[in-house]
Amino acid sequence: MTTSGAPALALEDITCRFAGRDGGAPYTAVASSTLRVAAGEFVSVVGPTGCGKSTLLNVAAGLLAPSSGAVNVFGEPLIAAAGVNRRAGYMFQADALMPWRTGIDNVVAGLKFRGVPRAEALKQGEDWLRRVGLAGFGDRYPHQMSGGMRKRLALAQTLILSPDILLMDEPFSALDVQTRQLMENELLELWAADRKSVLFITHDLEEAIALSDRVVVLSAGPGTHPIGDFRIDLPRPRDVSEIRMTPAFLALHKEIWGAMKEEVLKAYQQQKVA
Amino acid sequence: MRLRVLQFAVFAVLILLWHVFTTPGIIPPFYFDRDNAAAFFFGEPIKVFWTTIDWFTSGEIFVHLGVTLLETVLGFFIGAVSGLGIGLWLALSNTASAVMEPYIKGFNSMPRVVLAPIFAVWFGLGIWSKVALGVTLVFFVVFFNVYQGVREVSPTLLANARMLGASRWQLLRSIYLPSAMSWVFASLHNAVGLAFVGAVVGEYLGSSQGVGYLILQAEGTFDINTVFAGILVLTAFALLLDAIVGLIERGLMTWQPKTSETEKI
Repeated sequence: MTTSGAPALALEDITCRFAGRDGGAPYTAVASSTLRVAAGEFVSVVGPTGCGKSTLLNVAAGLLAPSSGAVNVFGEPLIAAAGVNRRAGYMFQADALMPWRTGIDNVVAGLKFRGVPRAEALKQGEDWLRRVGLAGFGDRYPHQMSGGMRKRLALAQTLILSPDILLMDEPFSALDVQTRQLMENELLELWAADRKSVLFITHDLEEAIALSDRVVVLSAGPGTHPIGDFRIDLPRPRDVSEIRMTPAFLALHKEIWGAMKEEVLKAYQQQKVA
Repeated sequence: MRLRVLQFAVFAVLILLWHVFTTPGIIPPFYFDRDNAAAFFFGEPIKVFWTTIDWFTSGEIFVHLGVTLLETVLGFFIGAVSGLGIGLWLALSNTASAVMEPYIKGFNSMPRVVLAPIFAVWFGLGIWSKVALGVTLVFFVVFFNVYQGVREVSPTLLANARMLGASRWQLLRSIYLPSAMSWVFASLHNAVGLAFVGAVVGEYLGSSQGVGYLILQAEGTFDINTVFAGILVLTAFALLLDAIVGLIERGLMTWQPKTSETEKI
């Protein structure tokens, strides 16, 4: 899957330390982590809850400046102070749609920010609504849509700008299991169409294996860092609900879970103490 | 419909009680020693009604009402717009808000009605001293709501808009402003009432026109019926202004979910 040249996204030796609350000791969320995503590669990052996965993604997006380390986007350094990562689209875990805009106006928001004329933006917007299965729902406000529809809308809002890198932070974690598998299949289909680089954060190992080319396992916090890197050579195209039953999938699951289990228990113990 | 009937019944009973207790000769005086003393202190609803009707038929009220409403509307707009502007500015600039904080707090806790005599000296007895009083009252209500609204914008929403490529100006227009507007509208009902208070109190303290002036004149001649008529007219127009704000709000805030809203089939 890797192509020649610089990786689409390279997080080099990233450390993120946050000042302690009320003069407490500083908290190191991420410690010396290196993570690379090749062009066209789908990489998932799994780890126990609260281990700093989102912090890592915010660094990649340029929303957060790391305490030390460098971020390179297609070989060029990203400096958070100079603005966000313009080549990346970000899909958030929480609802990030503008509640005061209709579906179509939310989808075309990025185009409008870039100064695309309204008529042209609307044309592309309608096209994307159709591609995510929301044709005819463009005049609805987000509060008039179900959770699954809002996620599709958010996906269209991000993909319409055709970003070279797609950052996703547990985008489907709030959905029920059935809707979630439908969305995962749709994501794979849309991704297969033009093969962007994807950095997908999740706490769900099954989701990670079913979607990705590569799964990176993070340690429990504080001082999160990658502790395992697994290549997933399951055939594509995949159907996420069917692939979960295959022996190859189960073998991979067993192998990665073996590396992850200890960290999950560690995180659980920490949360019980805290 | 039933509710309307009951609401009207409450109104009718209150007016009836007022009428029975104040009109001389209906019931013997039990508190005052003279028959017409109750009417002197509390007015008589029928006379209040006819005074009001007379104002509108003779057209005498219109010039006064016009002045009061003009003061209210001007105070409201100047106060609301400056509250919105300065609220946005201070909420978005940490340094400015830190510097200005004690002054804002001080001005807000000051009973600002005491400024009315000063405004009368500065701006004279025309409409502008009343507008100024209205502005000081309206400004803080709108200001604090905008400030709060901007401060409570969801960080995810902001991050999302930044990732979609919004510039600072675009963030202001498409995230901060709409987000603050829902708070502003919650405060506008309050603000209209305060603008009215500013206008009437200002007139009351010194003026040659306006409904507050009418009330003051009537008070000077112990004409309690005219005072009540003035209060009646003011209340009716305060309700009207409130309804107009409500109408504008419903037009602009269609995106807000209503409780248990369902589609009509």
